[in-house]
Amino acid sequence: MSKSVYIGELEDIPRRGARKVEALGCDIAIFRTGEDELFALEDKCPHRQGPLSDGIVQGRGVACPLHNWIIDLGSGLARGPDEGCVKRFAVELRGSAIYLGPLIASDAAPEASLAVEAE
Amino acid sequence: MSTQKQKLVVVGAGMASGRMLEHLFEAAPEAYDVTLFGAEPRGNYNRIMLSPVLSGEKTFEEIVTHDENWYGTHGVTCRFGENVTGIDRKAKQVHTAAGMTPYDKLVLATGSAPFIIPIAGKELDGVLVFRDLDDVEAMSKAAEKPGARAVVIGGGLLGLEAAAGLQARGMQVTVLHLMEHLLDRQLDASAGHLLQRELERRGIKVHCKAQSKAILGEEHVEAVLLEDGTVYPADIVIMAAGIRPEARLAVDAGLHVERGIVVNDAMVTSDPDILALGECAEHNEVCYGLVAPLYDMARVAAKTLTGEEAAFKPVETSTKLKVTGVDVFSAGDFSTGDGTEDIVYRDAARGVYKRLVLKDDKVAGAVLYGDTADGAWYFQLLKEREVVRDIRDRMIFGQALAGADTDPFSAVAALPDTAEICGCNGVCKGAITSAIAEHGLTDIDGVKQYTKASASCGSCSGLVEQLLAMSLGDEYSGAPTVKPMCGCTHHGHDEVRRLILAHGLKTIPEVMQALEWETPDGCFSCRPALNYYLLCAWPGEYVDDAQSRFVNERHHANIQKDGTFSVVPRMWGGLTNPNELRAIADVADKYQIPTVKVTGGQRIDLLGARKEHLPDIWSDLNAAGLVSGHAYGKALRTVKTCVGSEWCRFGTQDSTGMGVTLERLTWGSWMPHKFKMAVSGCPRNCAEATIKDFGIVAVESGWELHVGGNGGMKVRVTDFLCKVESEEEVIEYCTAFIQLYREEARYLERTAPWIERVGLDHVKEKIAEDAQGRAALSARFFLSQKYEQRDPWAEQAGDPGTRRSYSPLRQKVIA
Ligand SMILES: Cc1cc2nc3c(=O)[nH]c(=O)nc-3n(C[C@H](O)[C@H](O)[C@H](O)COP(=O)(O)OP(=O)(O)OC[C@H]3O[C@@H](n4cnc5c(N)ncnc54)[C@H](O)[C@@H]3O)c2cc1C
Ligand code: FES
Repeated sequence: MSKSVYIGELEDIPRRGARKVEALGCDIAIFRTGEDELFALEDKCPHRQGPLSDGIVQGRGVACPLHNWIIDLGSGLARGPDEGCVKRFAVELRGSAIYLGPLIASDAAPEASLAVEAE
Repeated sequence: MSTQKQKLVVVGAGMASGRMLEHLFEAAPEAYDVTLFGAEPRGNYNRIMLSPVLSGEKTFEEIVTHDENWYGTHGVTCRFGENVTGIDRKAKQVHTAAGMTPYDKLVLATGSAPFIIPIAGKELDGVLVFRDLDDVEAMSKAAEKPGARAVVIGGGLLGLEAAAGLQARGMQVTVLHLMEHLLDRQLDASAGHLLQRELERRGIKVHCKAQSKAILGEEHVEAVLLEDGTVYPADIVIMAAGIRPEARLAVDAGLHVERGIVVNDAMVTSDPDILALGECAEHNEVCYGLVAPLYDMARVAAKTLTGEEAAFKPVETSTKLKVTGVDVFSAGDFSTGDGTEDIVYRDAARGVYKRLVLKDDKVAGAVLYGDTADGAWYFQLLKEREVVRDIRDRMIFGQALAGADTDPFSAVAALPDTAEICGCNGVCKGAITSAIAEHGLTDIDGVKQYTKASASCGSCSGLVEQLLAMSLGDEYSGAPTVKPMCGCTHHGHDEVRRLILAHGLKTIPEVMQALEWETPDGCFSCRPALNYYLLCAWPGEYVDDAQSRFVNERHHANIQKDGTFSVVPRMWGGLTNPNELRAIADVADKYQIPTVKVTGGQRIDLLGARKEHLPDIWSDLNAAGLVSGHAYGKALRTVKTCVGSEWCRFGTQDSTGMGVTLERLTWGSWMPHKFKMAVSGCPRNCAEATIKDFGIVAVESGWELHVGGNGGMKVRVTDFLCKVESEEEVIEYCTAFIQLYREEARYLERTAPWIERVGLDHVKEKIAEDAQGRAALSARFFLSQKYEQRDPWAEQAGDPGTRRSYSPLRQKVIA
């Protein structure tokens, strides 16, 4: 990932939690699952633009804090009966440093994000 | 020449030779004259059952496999207590202290010798091994001394069986194990860890990663010293660090020996007239240490002796730990790698861990802890290399359920009889199940009638139904109707709460493990509920999980539809002063708060604050003495008051003062849902106390208490609870009511639906009629307030790390 930028350390994001990042000209939510996987999505729910970084992370999904739409972290797609899609970004862990990469084209395979080792 | 029988000499009267002789006599009873040498002063017995003999669960007589009668019938010349010291292959005879014995065919079945780790003090008195009956007798003798201590070196099957046996005999036992977890060759880390916990629970001390340095003592052992300096005092030391094939005779005789005595597929050694089998033999570079393959060898050796062709084929082995009450099973290869797939099942309530490793749709390995009933089945699938694609999803639940559903009753089934099921009436599980059996009860009403369980608040009825269903099986018609908390579990709210208490579950992962959550970490619906139930159940002990709170409670402010937040400082009983108002005004200016509004609960709301400003806003408000108003929380919101007797010409009591007092006592407490109070100074009820969760209306002679009201979409007027006289009584009744609500209502259930569900009579009974119960409830409330009454704003703003978490991360430039 040549274009990726350093944005912080793994410990800056709580496990089963998220953090907003201002980078690449927009708000991006970086999620850390219970299994310490990292995902990056635009911080904007497809429903009413709720800040996904304030939602509850459950498995590989996040419940939007406004109306509980569930967004799949791997694909950026709304789960269940809801329809919508969030932009995904590449994110990578080098050691404990988090690097944010470019937008992932929407036709790229889902789950393009990287699983990381537990600390 | 008469057909003289051939002479067969067998060295070692152990498990392998015993089995071989059986096969031999069956196939060709007249072929050989057999002489059986055994170093032990006794015949063949079931060595693996020495463990229950050590623990006292069996006697030696029970494990003897061949007795005098049997040897007599088959004409075996028994030479027990005689050690074979040499083999003369040219003369075809074996030597013992008593002389020599000629053979035509010789069978070596000498087993193995325990491996003594080469450390200082290994030859001291009291250093024992665990191999034969003499060892068991020596250990049992040592255990007779009251308070005697044993150190077992080696946490493998043998060491643990020794440890459990010695502990059963009353010794204080420590197990030293070199590797990271017990039974490292049979179990994975998770199962090893569960096993360790269980042994420790039984009082056996376990020290993993223990590098033994020396055994200390003058003549007799006194202690074991580890490399890290730890010293474990000991009256005996059991070396259980492994075994070595007993091949000395064969080495001396010049047979081909590697680790063991090398044999071909027919069990024949490098000398065509000498066979070897059992643990002393090495086949295809493998030495075995378990009986199953040795029995196969015995069959092959018997055939070879009768001139039949036969070949030994290496087999998969499985192991079980023979410690009563500890079920461990392992088979195959359970290391994960390319192309392997794990299926894991946990059921901590029953202490069960199961792991299957699949490779190419076949079982490659299995580790079972706690429930080994299906070990045989998995082992079968493994050995037969059966394709399990079709049963893959269910097979972890075992053979019986591979096609059916999981057992929904397992958590209740695992409860001890003493576990309290009905909190209201103090009825435990045992009382309910025995009443069901004794009186032939078939439904919940019967249980209610005989035990009183579920006769009060009814929150335990789900559990009672499960007990009925469990006891009656198919005869029970009223299948549980409990609505699950969410899609992650089949348990309802009330059961989860009750089971949290009954099982002493103290963290969210513990609850999920014990109650078999079906998702890895729950969902936005169950996690906040569990977080609340746990903090209510274990005040002061439970550590709140911020990631299991809704955004408002995580950020201590109300999220607005544009993602900004609103901030409401507390104003006790609706009172404020110029100082506070100035601070609020300053904050509004400084952080450019777009909207400032007075709320329905008599507070001031600063709307439109940016998330990253929250910590600064709180610091500024804190500086003026303002704390969080919890306007965002499932918590005590506000106590609304009218001006009362101090100013109002109709006022009968000091309603403002009462409001301030109550708010100061109850703020900070977390609840199932938001909770509002109001105090009106006269029946004109200007504070609208009769649409609050707890409303107080002053009258000439005291205070009327009302409960269960709410405004909102569906207005509900309160129910009258009772009338009390003193301020102290108001406080006790109010806090007792809050605590009852905290303990009984389901998460996100406000007081109104809760009271409608359990009935006003139930609440009256608990609060108005039961003085003792009321006092206890109130005391529990104050206990929890000791921990919960903290200003979250000050806490959040006071911690630099937490402060930072309110601001976004930014792209960092690396120089
Ligand atoms: C406490 C304990 C528990 C066990 N539990 C299990 C279990 O649960 N499952 C399992 O599969 N396996 C278990 N084992 C292992 C199992 O007992 C052995 O694999 C099996 O006994 C080996 O049989 P064998 O005939 O090769 O050797 P043994 O049964 O050891 O017999 C060898 C005999 O040869 C004698 N001998 C040796 N040298 C000479 C000589 N020069 N002259 C005369 N006699 C000699 C020895 O004294 C011994 O009696 C356990 C072992 C022990 C000690
Ligand atoms: S804005 Fe996300 S669910 Fe409505």
